[in-house]
Amino acid sequence: MNTWANIKTIAKRELGAYFTSPLAYVFIVIFLLLSGVFTFVFGGFFEREQAALGQSFFDWHPWFYLFLVPAVGMRLWAEERRVGTLELLLTMPVTPWQAILGKFLASWLFLALALALTFPVVISVNYLGAPDNGVIFCAYVGSWLMAGAYLAISCITSALTRTQVVSFIVSVVLCLALVLAGVPGVLKAISGVFGTATVDMVSSCSFLTHFGGFQKGVLDSRDIIFFLSVIGFSLFSTSVILRGHRS
Amino acid sequence: MIKVENLTKLFGTKRAVDGISFSVERGEVLGCLGPNGAGKSTTMRMITGFIPPTGGRASVGGFDIVENPIAAKRLIGYLPENAPAYTDMTVSGFLNFCAEIRGLRGDARKKAVSRVVEMCFLEAVLHQSVETLSKGYRHRTCFAQSIIHDPDVLILDEPTDGLDPNQKHEVRGIIRRMGEKKAIIFSTHILEEVDAVCSRAIIIDRGKIVANGTPPELRRKSEWAGAVTLCVRGMAAATVTAKLNQLSAAKRATVISDTGSRVTVTVFPKPNQDGELTRAVMDASHGWQVEEMHTEVGRLDEVFRSITMPDTAKEVAK
Ligand SMILES: Nc1ncnc2c1ncn2[C@@H]1O[C@H](COP(=O)(O)OP(=O)(O)OP(=O)(O)O)[C@@H](O)[C@H]1O
Ligand SMILES: [Mg+2]
Repeated sequence: MNTWANIKTIAKRELGAYFTSPLAYVFIVIFLLLSGVFTFVFGGFFEREQAALGQSFFDWHPWFYLFLVPAVGMRLWAEERRVGTLELLLTMPVTPWQAILGKFLASWLFLALALALTFPVVISVNYLGAPDNGVIFCAYVGSWLMAGAYLAISCITSALTRTQVVSFIVSVVLCLALVLAGVPGVLKAISGVFGTATVDMVSSCSFLTHFGGFQKGVLDSRDIIFFLSVIGFSLFSTSVILRGHRS
Repeated sequence: MIKVENLTKLFGTKRAVDGISFSVERGEVLGCLGPNGAGKSTTMRMITGFIPPTGGRASVGGFDIVENPIAAKRLIGYLPENAPAYTDMTVSGFLNFCAEIRGLRGDARKKAVSRVVEMCFLEAVLHQSVETLSKGYRHRTCFAQSIIHDPDVLILDEPTDGLDPNQKHEVRGIIRRMGEKKAIIFSTHILEEVDAVCSRAIIIDRGKIVANGTPPELRRKSEWAGAVTLCVRGMAAATVTAKLNQLSAAKRATVISDTGSRVTVTVFPKPNQDGELTRAVMDASHGWQVEEMHTEVGRLDEVFRSITMPDTAKEVAK
């Protein structure tokens, strides 16, 4: 009731802020262009026998997100701190959690919109062949969950600094680590140095590993829980950092 | 309404606020004075719940700001230092957002927004982006936000900073009028404002309250309080001061100006003798060509200086 009303008010304001700056439009255009180019040109989409969107299109998402999501998340708290509106927001009758959730949900919805706008890709696949739309749907869900995890990490780095650029760079580095932890080449190197036991542990932390299931059309609760816990943990860290600044 | 007990804030090892206690009731306007870095803003940030205190307590309307922050914050309207506002919104969008988050919906929200727009003269910039506002208009926008829910408690950090003289006058008027029904704390560096709006003032220095009283009480702490200034024609300055210095109630007589034909002299009273001094000076000047004579009420700026910078103030008085 009251809690949700506050979260909604904050999320609405935040979402509005995206669309009053050119950032939102630039982001959406870049995302769509990248998706198109990588899927149809580099992804070898036309060479594949069956129109396998699960591979050619979604394979690129972890890499796009690496740069695009921190760009969406970097302003969330850094800007509030720089302009001083954080003082305004946190002296309003809202809890820090409501503010954190409201802002996060707004950005996550924005990413959902960008993702939804890739629908022409799905239409063309259906036009060209007869793909399994269940698998596609599943991959979309996974992609959105993964984007949320990237975003939550950007929330942490955004709360750490007043400078958006610093926030962007730090979150790219953090997310890169989480992606690389699932790249076969990297895992091979790790197994060479630390042995195979470590590999399982490292790869179980990777976005790639957990996104893989969704791409194959498997909705595994462990993957869902993984992404949700990354989000929960990151938002919790954000709240700790925000509290730390003020004391 | 506002109760502050032994409030303390440490930044690292630095004591920004050091054991401040005071209370403000409904119908009072408390002015907060003090040099830069004294801890005024830090105190306000603790009362409004933005930063947690290191020690002590602050409560608003009976709600402790740490234990019951939401209930306390509902009662407070706050204008932070530098008047921050969301730069990506229009003035109207910003005020509507603030009203909504204060729980005002539908018609109540529309009414609240149009009320503050009128009070703070924001019609002209209503659809302008906050980013492009002039400093004064941004300040007014943020001030409007602080009164949008007609709060019982108002905390204003330098509310007239950056306003033109007309707007300063308006804002002071608003504060005084609201002060009749609310509890208000505001900080300022403009001493005339203390006379214009405060029912009581405190002076904070290096985190501590060093003076507390009504404006007339504070003014009486001044060396100038009860001093007599007179303007005499056709006498040598030395003769005038020599005679005045002999008075038992006089601490000393100082020449303010001397044109040769016309001397202006101020006589300062000994402690607690300001009543007698005027009478004594009148008797002593009997037969002189006195053009003008008046008793000083005391100067806040001098009180401020002597309290917050005791060493320098003496230099100036010499
Ligand atoms: N976040 C912070 N971290 C460290 N020190 C701080 C912080 N905020 C304030 N201070 C210090 O606390 C002291 C009090 O600052 P405060 O802003 O309360 O002063 P002020 O009385 O409002 O001054 P002014 O008249 O300039 O506005 C200053 O010495 C300041 O440097
Ligand atoms: Mg200040």
